Amino acid sequence: MAVNPLMKPLKPDTKMTINPELPITFSRTHRLQWEEAQQKHVILYPEGMVELNQSSAEILKLCDGSRNLAQIVSELEQKFATVGLTNDVTAFLEVATQNGWINQN
Amino acid sequence: MAGLIKTNPTTPLRAGPTTSLRAGPTTSLRAGITPPRWLLAELTYACPLQCPYCANPIDYANYQAELSTEDWKRVLTQARKMGAVQLGFSGGEPLTRKDLTELVKHARDLGYYSNLITSGYGLTEERIIQLKEAGLDHIQVSIQASSQELNDHIAGTASFEHKKEVARLVKKHGYPMVLCVVIHRENIHQMAEILAMAEELGADYLELANTQYYGWAHANRDLLLPTKEQFEQAEAIAQAFKETVAGKMKIYYVVPDFYEDRPKACMNGWGTTFLTIAPDGVALPCHSARELPGLDCPNVNDYSVEEIWNESKAFNFFRGVEWMKEPCRSCDEKEKDFGGCHCQAYLLTGDMYNADPVCSKSPDHGVIAQAIDAAAASALSANEKPLIFRNSKNSRLLS
Repeated sequence: MAVNPLMKPLKPDTKMTINPELPITFSRTHRLQWEEAQQKHVILYPEGMVELNQSSAEILKLCDGSRNLAQIVSELEQKFATVGLTNDVTAFLEVATQNGWINQN
Repeated sequence: MAGLIKTNPTTPLRAGPTTSLRAGPTTSLRAGITPPRWLLAELTYACPLQCPYCANPIDYANYQAELSTEDWKRVLTQARKMGAVQLGFSGGEPLTRKDLTELVKHARDLGYYSNLITSGYGLTEERIIQLKEAGLDHIQVSIQASSQELNDHIAGTASFEHKKEVARLVKKHGYPMVLCVVIHRENIHQMAEILAMAEELGADYLELANTQYYGWAHANRDLLLPTKEQFEQAEAIAQAFKETVAGKMKIYYVVPDFYEDRPKACMNGWGTTFLTIAPDGVALPCHSARELPGLDCPNVNDYSVEEIWNESKAFNFFRGVEWMKEPCRSCDEKEKDFGGCHCQAYLLTGDMYNADPVCSKSPDHGVIAQAIDAAAASALSANEKPLIFRNSKNSRLLS
């Protein structure tokens, strides 16, 4: 959602990948926030908003600069008493990187 | 992401409100009406710049009244309670309001994401820091061109070097920096230089906003509308450039709808997402809607935001599809673009219920070709009339 409904992002075709070694940090120029009116988490950034489903929000909340990919996966698997989340989490974090929601510097 | 988390979470998901102001029940909505998400607060029509494509109404000089600080706080609180989360402080030039920092602070306490949409004119480092401390999330600085001469000509005010300095300071103080450049015939040839300037200034986002022809831009259309070839060339340059700044700068492109076959989905659907409050408190479903006849747009001095959003004639005017005439009524794309832009239909066909003439299905579609031809003829004319700059004197003359 952008302030101007005519706005379309020119998205690069380059695919960005996650470095498994480095910790992952939520972007300091975005805000992750619970929205009472929508009963969901959203990412807020200049003139835009992304509505998150529960899974995405759970992943992003762990991106606090203290965990790398494996640690995030392991924590989620523990929290939700399940296994085999690596592929789904990696795929989502790649999308998140591409969109600038997280970074690894 | 579907199916990622297979069991119910064991911990509560809700982070909980961060401040007491955010607490309290959310307000109820009438069936079929979605809550506002975007609040555009046009704090003032005063502006030190005179851009000839300004989105403010031509007759803005007739509206001198401005809401008080307390009025704005009440409006922000009411809209937030309904679910508005993105907030634009705009104008005119919002920096001319002395209570801007106070309003930013109030917005932050409510949990808004606040965007300051500014010319940058008059913005000092001290104020940038002050606004940051008050909780401002983002500053969008407009620059009119990539060269001083053209920037200062279009802005009607010597401002180029100052704007660039402001852009650097915005970046320095940790804001996401958005550079906005409105594109038209006078600067479209600078596309490559504009992109280079944005990169040099370290913009996180670049908005390349092809002029939309309402308000002042409508009055100046013959002088502003580029040719199709110019558009295509400029877009190709921007498309190629985006790869070189991948991961550093995001480029947003506002589509030049005169060269499209289908209209834009006006305001994401009338009264579905966007709420604009004009400086004098008039609530508008779109920032141009003041141009439309007979809407009787309500004022926040008389009604609550909830009453306005749910009950007012203006906000219900083009909700849904019942209002439509042919060819929209029987069109299988009517839920996609909602008939397009009513302001454009009104300005170009004289009837706001008509399909946006940008649509190739519109019986009035020919007016678009006429407008393009008229602009091209004007560009070639030896005695092209001058641009009408946006200022109070011209506003009074034209209204």
